[in-house]
Amino acid sequence: MNSSVSGAQAERADRARAIDTVRAGLARRYARERRFRFLGLLAVVTSFVFVGLLFISIIATGYQAIWQTRIRLMVNLDPEVIDPEGKRDPAALSAADYGGLIKSALFEMFPEVTARTDKRALTDLVSSGAAYEVRQRVIEDPKLIGTKEAVWVTANDTVDMLMKGHAERNAEGGAAGLQAKQVAWIDEMIRTGRIEKRFNSTFFTAGDSREPELSGIWSATVGSFYTLLVTLLLAFPIGVAGAIYLEEFAPKGRWTDLIEVNINNLAAVPSIIFGLLGLAVFIGFVGLPRSSPLVGGIVLGLMTLPVIIVASRSALKAVPPSIRDGALGVGASKVQAVFHHVVPLALPGMLTGAIIGMARALGETAPLLMIGMVAFIADTPGGVMDPATGLPVQIYLWADSPERAFMERTSAAIMVLLVFMVLMNSVAIVLRKRFERRW
Amino acid sequence: MNAVIEKPEAMQRSGAGLTVAAPVRTRAPIDRKDRATVGEQFVENPRMTCRNVDVYYGDNHAIHDLSIDIGTNEVIAMIGPSGCGKSTFIRCLNRMNDTVECCRVSGEIKLEGVDIYGREMDVVPLRAQVGMVFQKPNPFPKSIHENVAYGVRIHGLANDKTELDEIVRKSFERAGLWDEVKDRLAQPGTSLSGGQQQRLCIARTIAVDPEVILMDEPCSALDPIATAKIEDLIDELRQNFTIAIVTHSMQQAARVSQRTAYFHLGDLIEVGATDQVFTNPRHPLTEDYITGRFG
Repeated sequence: MNSSVSGAQAERADRARAIDTVRAGLARRYARERRFRFLGLLAVVTSFVFVGLLFISIIATGYQAIWQTRIRLMVNLDPEVIDPEGKRDPAALSAADYGGLIKSALFEMFPEVTARTDKRALTDLVSSGAAYEVRQRVIEDPKLIGTKEAVWVTANDTVDMLMKGHAERNAEGGAAGLQAKQVAWIDEMIRTGRIEKRFNSTFFTAGDSREPELSGIWSATVGSFYTLLVTLLLAFPIGVAGAIYLEEFAPKGRWTDLIEVNINNLAAVPSIIFGLLGLAVFIGFVGLPRSSPLVGGIVLGLMTLPVIIVASRSALKAVPPSIRDGALGVGASKVQAVFHHVVPLALPGMLTGAIIGMARALGETAPLLMIGMVAFIADTPGGVMDPATGLPVQIYLWADSPERAFMERTSAAIMVLLVFMVLMNSVAIVLRKRFERRW
Repeated sequence: MNAVIEKPEAMQRSGAGLTVAAPVRTRAPIDRKDRATVGEQFVENPRMTCRNVDVYYGDNHAIHDLSIDIGTNEVIAMIGPSGCGKSTFIRCLNRMNDTVECCRVSGEIKLEGVDIYGREMDVVPLRAQVGMVFQKPNPFPKSIHENVAYGVRIHGLANDKTELDEIVRKSFERAGLWDEVKDRLAQPGTSLSGGQQQRLCIARTIAVDPEVILMDEPCSALDPIATAKIEDLIDELRQNFTIAIVTHSMQQAARVSQRTAYFHLGDLIEVGATDQVFTNPRHPLTEDYITGRFG
């Protein structure tokens, strides 16, 4: 025994001491660690730079959509034109020729304009929606009839672009879409303070329009809301129920393996395929209305379903088995063990998965193109059966339009969409933090 | 078995010196047919009876032809080296093995004359009757009170809140935990120390008033002081409950149990009164294990 001990010591002495070898390698090990840390940092910085560039370019293009150029007109609300019969009948009030009143107000402002073509050019400075704005004022307050009222009406988008500095003035004094004399009139109005950039409430309250200055995101937002509502109601209960069954109750075997593989594959199917499915089945076969949030919601729900199932299953898997054992050990039935102990612990993970799935559905465009939600919808949908469009589709439509003013609105709509996404993801984080009970 | 004959050789290879070897007796491996159970497997007035039980995990034959009685109000300890099937065996007694997908049990395990693997057997009342305490303390992520009240509530053992609180209090008292938790019943169960958590789990089990309590190495995650408390508790609980305990510590088996069963590689080798098994084992394998030659 002793001899072998001393033998081992002798053998150790012959060899180099292990600690020397360890020390020799240290520098190399730390260098590798530093290299890896640097690469990781580089990756993070790179992605932040790209996200930053994205945000900067979108915000730089879109921030001016918050304002809209308006022209102050002294409109003579002539009772002879608006309400010749003097009955203040709402039907008569809305049918009156407000366009004519605006024109007279403009000619009054520039009395020197007399030629027919010049008059035409002058009235072009004001948006075609201006008549509705004056009408709105009168219907809200009929007492104004007979007075001369200062009304800020929306300017045409070409004027707006000039005011925002997007239209270069050319040698003759004109600008993109504007003649030299029009620019001169605008300069005159700037000098007298009768033209101004004001908060663009139209953008947040109006639907789509062919005229950029009259278009807004409200109807697309409502359309997206209804669509996501249907998606949530469909995908969350079915996804969670499916995940609980598959994870906790389904007998493990060839069938469940097959289902699992299929769900994972389904999560990776291109979204436009789901649009084709919606077109063929829900519109073609079932006969649901085209362009409706109902069909859009069902399609996006089917698309989100596998995402929710996969997230919920991993949340359930993360619950330690000892909790199940403990519940079963005191005589809880399988269902009691799952619903009293496992699901409450897995719920934050499930909610997070669902919200992230919903955020993805919110940004989804391709399937909506297939089911006709890409139509020109100016009205705000009143329910899930009404024709509607969604925010991403609205962005897609505006991005296609040639007017410079639509470019600004495209970026602004992207900003709104991003705000919604960030909000949803923040809610997911807050929910996870709040319900996360590690005790 | 192989470990026994290979030991001298293995020691030379490892350079010797670092391990101080006990004197090694070499003996031929004991054949399967000599592993038939010796000792007093059967008792009068048993609470549970097991006859010819075989357990398989897929193709792995985990327990071979086991027959044993578990007496009324006794503490029976299962000892043996890791992987010998002792935990598997007690998990059969309240069908916790049902949760293991590939596990198959054959033979007959009866509780009060009813085969618990029979077709009409419902595992919910079975587990109310045969409770279990696990190796790692696993309190529910709920309040201390709710941990104990949960089982009472799902089985409908209390008619109103005062009755429920009374059962909870009694269970904590019987588990020797009342003084430590009475002022903090609303706090989470996981805020307790490891030993307290394990006693909480015992309180949770006895709150349902089972007849048999299975304990799967209940002290393996605890320090010696917490272990001593649990051992005292087991001794007290014996008045009212039948306890089957799996343990890695032979000292613990000797301290708390009246009968001891020695398992080896899926065979029940020897069963007998604890004193007899530890002082005068009848089977050479038991003797090897008791004297520390393997395990």
